[in-house]
Amino acid sequence: MSSGKSLYEKVFDKHVVKKLPSGQYQLFIGLHLIHEVTSPQAFGMLRDQKLKVRFPERTFATPDHIVPTSDQSRPFKDAMSEEMMCHLENNCAENDIKLFDMKKGEQGVVHIIGPENGLTQPGMVISCGDSHTSTHGAFGSIAFGIGTSQVRDVLATQTLAMAKLKVRKIEINGSLNPGVYAKDVILYIINQLGVNGGVGYAYEFSGDVITNMSMEERMTVCNMSIEGGARVGYINPDEKTFDYLKGKLYSPTSEEFDKAKEFWQSISSDEDAEYNDVIVFQGDAIEPMVTWGITPAQSIGIKGSIPALDSFNDDERPLIKEAFEYMGFDEGQEIESTKVDVCFIGSCTNGRLSDFKEVARLVKGRHVADHVQALIVPGSQKIKVEAEKLGLDKIFIEAGFEWREAGCSMCLAMNPDKLKGNQVSASSSNRNFKGRQGSPTGRTLLMSPAMVAAAAICGGVADCREVFAN
Amino acid sequence: MSSVEIKKISGKGIPVKGNDIDTDRIIPARFLKCVTFESLGPESFKDDRFDQEGNSKNHSFDNPNYKDANILFVNKNFGCGSSREHAPQALNRWGIKTIVGESFAEIFFGNCVAMGIPCFTVEKKVIDEIMLLIEGSPSVSISVDIENLKINVDGKEFDANIPDGPQGQLLNGSWDATSQLLENEKEVKDVASSLPYVSGW
Ligand code: SF4
Repeated sequence: MSSGKSLYEKVFDKHVVKKLPSGQYQLFIGLHLIHEVTSPQAFGMLRDQKLKVRFPERTFATPDHIVPTSDQSRPFKDAMSEEMMCHLENNCAENDIKLFDMKKGEQGVVHIIGPENGLTQPGMVISCGDSHTSTHGAFGSIAFGIGTSQVRDVLATQTLAMAKLKVRKIEINGSLNPGVYAKDVILYIINQLGVNGGVGYAYEFSGDVITNMSMEERMTVCNMSIEGGARVGYINPDEKTFDYLKGKLYSPTSEEFDKAKEFWQSISSDEDAEYNDVIVFQGDAIEPMVTWGITPAQSIGIKGSIPALDSFNDDERPLIKEAFEYMGFDEGQEIESTKVDVCFIGSCTNGRLSDFKEVARLVKGRHVADHVQALIVPGSQKIKVEAEKLGLDKIFIEAGFEWREAGCSMCLAMNPDKLKGNQVSASSSNRNFKGRQGSPTGRTLLMSPAMVAAAAICGGVADCREVFAN
Repeated sequence: MSSVEIKKISGKGIPVKGNDIDTDRIIPARFLKCVTFESLGPESFKDDRFDQEGNSKNHSFDNPNYKDANILFVNKNFGCGSSREHAPQALNRWGIKTIVGESFAEIFFGNCVAMGIPCFTVEKKVIDEIMLLIEGSPSVSISVDIENLKINVDGKEFDANIPDGPQGQLLNGSWDATSQLLENEKEVKDVASSLPYVSGW
């Protein structure tokens, strides 16, 4: 008896060049994205090995990690950042690679630029020297992060040596309660399955909750697959996906669109597809989530309290203790009302227009607490322009937020936006590792943009459903 | 084009003791701001070697007895944490050509093999004994035989392990993925033209 195939299997098979002696597959990479941090060394290796970029038209570049978000004039104040920027520009110019240029208003976080320009399409295999490449799976592509030597391999051959993953279907059925967002869904899944739960798997997200999500919300979910250990996370394409792609810069033209759509539909998972594993969750069981620890799985619902040490297995306890110590939390303590110093809304997880529209709707007419520094950082220069067209910037500024230029900003410690000392940050980004936001003792609480907004207004962790009730 | 066969590595040893030494300790995050791996060598273990004021913490990497050592001996779960390739690249540029330890983190191990740096596992009592031997006489000559899976320390032999796949890749010179991937030019073209989004809708 033959059964159907999953999207992962179909797309993977279409891109196999050859089975290698090591047992891995040589896989064709349909779209390669690069940024300034993990690509210069790869170009250096190419030069050393006298290799050329094989398919320059399939690689696209943007600077994001190191760009400052307040003063973006060149040269950058930080000499090393300026040098990295110059390398990216020169490598692109020398190799005929399209660079999304800051001077032309095209720049942004790499995982925002791909979808925004219609580069990210269903049925592609996509790689980038960055672990959050899983974001692009929201369109029904296989997208994953790679190391620098692999960036070199893609540049030189447009292929990679890859092993085939197992596929786990994660269904989220029913509907979400008001005040619960895509970010809460993925934090909940990671909490339930653990940070290593997805190692060796591609996650296929499905169910009513996912189907009802907008493309931007789907990107939020797929973005954090990697935080659950799954290098790949994807969602089958549907009419929403196709509508989103219509008219984008690199999307198929209107004459081509029907044919493209046919292909995109053909690579969707079959009804009777076989999976290595299926897990089902109920959407209405999910509350607004907040992380209390130093991994994205260490989270609780806003009304919950920090779990007791002895609720964990023996081998987990050292890490839990370490988290208590680092974060300054005790078991049994409630998370609500934890004082915050910094609020950050942005990143490739939650730095898109729909995030900002929602936050603007919520904070309009309210004001950030006096002791809080609150940043809103658009994920791309285009998003910034669109938000300003809608007047969102004014709402934010009036409410006491700083409205910045596009970049990764306080998601990680490679640009001037950093926590100081042991500040506590409410953040819409994706990692709460020790020191992630730039101070070796800084503390990060991950949550949805609405929850960050609530924390900003109240000066401490608060339930967005209550803060914005009226 | 194929990479070189790696059958045997000889030289001097250097111990770095401790379990769970993560890639952040091997190369601290601030050194990720770089455009080439070239200059990373001297920054290896930077924060384990010097305190905030720049005073030496007497790390083995700064012990003149171990100058020019090329075989690194470590304990359990070496190279855990972030998958940054900067870590093995830094060690390689310091001069490390092979690593022997109780166990390695998976991605670190993979990165090393792809760079032609064999990583061998040995039992805890073996690593303890070898570390003791090197500490006693740092200039003792050591060889690691990849074919026969033996480590020879001044005439004394120990068993070492490495999975068959990587062992084969090192021995027959196929550890460098790039050269393998470059070989199938025609097949790559065929796959590219079979994909509608590449060849045209
Ligand atoms: S926004 Fe954060 S997670 Fe996303 S690419 Fe930038 S640094 Fe990485």
